Amino acid sequence: MTAMDRYSTREGTVYEQVQASAEFVELRRRLRGFVFPMSAAFLVWYLAYVLLATFAPAFMATKVTGNITWGLIIGLLQFVSTFVITTLYVGYANNRLDPVAERLRLEIEGNEK
Amino acid sequence: MTAYLAQGVGNPALNIGIFAGFVVLTLAVVIYVGRSNKTASDYYAAGRSFTGPQNGIAIAGDYLSAASFLGIAGAIAVNGYDGFLYSIGFLVAWLVALLLVAELLRNTGKFTMGDVLSFRMRQRPVRAAAATSTLVVSFFYLLAQMAGAGALIALLLNIPNSNTLGQGLVIAAVGAIMITYVLIGGMKGTTWVQIIKAGLLLVGAAVLTVFVLGRFGFNFSDILGQAVTNSPKTGEAILGPGLQYGADTASKIDFISLALALVLGTAGLPHILMRFYTVPNAKEARRSVVWAIWLIGIFYLFTLVLGYGAAALVGPERIRNAPGSTNSAAPLLAFELGGELLLGIIAAIAFATILAVVAGLTITSAASFAHDVYANVIKKGEAAPDEEVKVARRTAIVIGVVAIGAGILARNQNIAFLVALAFAVAASANLPTILYSLFWRRFNTMGALFSIYGGLISCVLLIIFSPAVSGRPTSMVKDADFALFPLANPGLVSIPLSFLLGIVGTYVGSREKFNGEKFAEMEVRSLTGAGSEKAISH
Repeated sequence: MTAMDRYSTREGTVYEQVQASAEFVELRRRLRGFVFPMSAAFLVWYLAYVLLATFAPAFMATKVTGNITWGLIIGLLQFVSTFVITTLYVGYANNRLDPVAERLRLEIEGNEK
Repeated sequence: MTAYLAQGVGNPALNIGIFAGFVVLTLAVVIYVGRSNKTASDYYAAGRSFTGPQNGIAIAGDYLSAASFLGIAGAIAVNGYDGFLYSIGFLVAWLVALLLVAELLRNTGKFTMGDVLSFRMRQRPVRAAAATSTLVVSFFYLLAQMAGAGALIALLLNIPNSNTLGQGLVIAAVGAIMITYVLIGGMKGTTWVQIIKAGLLLVGAAVLTVFVLGRFGFNFSDILGQAVTNSPKTGEAILGPGLQYGADTASKIDFISLALALVLGTAGLPHILMRFYTVPNAKEARRSVVWAIWLIGIFYLFTLVLGYGAAALVGPERIRNAPGSTNSAAPLLAFELGGELLLGIIAAIAFATILAVVAGLTITSAASFAHDVYANVIKKGEAAPDEEVKVARRTAIVIGVVAIGAGILARNQNIAFLVALAFAVAASANLPTILYSLFWRRFNTMGALFSIYGGLISCVLLIIFSPAVSGRPTSMVKDADFALFPLANPGLVSIPLSFLLGIVGTYVGSREKFNGEKFAEMEVRSLTGAGSEKAISH
């Protein structure tokens, strides 16, 4: 069945039909299922760091090795977590989001012409 | 200060010479690429023809403003760890842009933030609101950059702050060059200026970092130790948080407020958002954010070394007493390590930074005015594209002139603080509205107006009645006290308020008919890229 057949027989615009399709619902679920929890996680982790720096300065100033303090280590871990989340998202988007999005896009744009 | 000036911080002629080299190079590039500016899409979005990595470097160029380079290095040199906190907020903020905003915005919009916010709403009121907040955020940001230009001039050209005419002339020259970039080059030219500048900035900072580390046998702990020895007033306190923000409960809460504004502001900065339209599709927008995150992250690691390195090698006292105060830490460090030549190079890079960021802000504001206000609000969407670009060019000239005037007035303001205010306004007025319109089905026109204007007005009012404006020796208005609000940064109040007002407004305006067709188009477009603006090739 071509995209033309799939959409032209139903109610509403192409966009409304795609929006209601199982494939699109799955794409939206995949995107939100990744970005919402991940955003919550990094914001909590960042706020925890800010609160530590604000209300536990003595702990943050404790030296671990040489002049390197806990504050410096935890701060650098924020850099590490940012790089890690970025890499995880790119992998997830390439494998789990892009193929579905691309398929839907071609169907819609093919249909519009 | 004069004693130090007498010792000389480099050679003004050399500084100007290197900077002039940068201007000539970038102008040549701008004129070269500007020849292909034909359509509105060329002028505003560079024909959407940049690759992800190119745009990522340009984003880094836009984002690593004078506040990042001079401000953070200086803050670390003087306040130690508390300066480092800034850079973490600035970096983590990019995850909001990566995960929640960049790709969806690229797929939905055309040229401006207003395109996305007004997509499924009533066009005119929402576009007017989006343009208003774009102009306010960009104005605060512009002020910060121009204030930075003043501080740099003081240091590099040996023109003291008391010489208003001298500094004013230099700021006017900077403004004139910037206007030329924007008029001739449009977004394409501006992007190339950003790319060149980001390359120079990253290489310059990397070289300095290696020099500093080399002095200490590549042992960071030794740099910290020397920084402590060299900071007799503060001692070991520079290794932990609290020096700048730990004095009392109010300053602690102020810091939390600042941290919130930093992390939520980036994805609401119009000049950053507009960069996502310069690439052909959402995947390239994602690649550009990834490149930007790596470059910006690595750069902030450099500034950590440079900040403590400046404390160790130059010393906080000398930095504080230098013309340009804390903002002069990085240039002074360069002088210490590589003499006049390295200082000249770093100074020229810092100057180029300001020039490029100001150009980026100007084209964003001009695009928002011409595309949202002129074409869609005044002409109701019926302006000819040529006419729109003409208006954009004229607006750029006006903004350039305003920036020059404001820059002369804002010369002595703290750069990092002004930038933090721009972030607070962006986080309050823009981000809640962007997120709601992308992810919340019921969100409507009234909700958008409530969250934009509510966030904007509450934020600006709280700033006016904050100790940053009056009542403290460090305030803008020193001899009056109308600081009714205890925090210098309003984010802690105005950001949640704006999120809340978005919900309240949506219920207040719930009589508006739900536009299922437009909502479907927006949601499907944002996730799949179907029907999104395509790249044009010449």
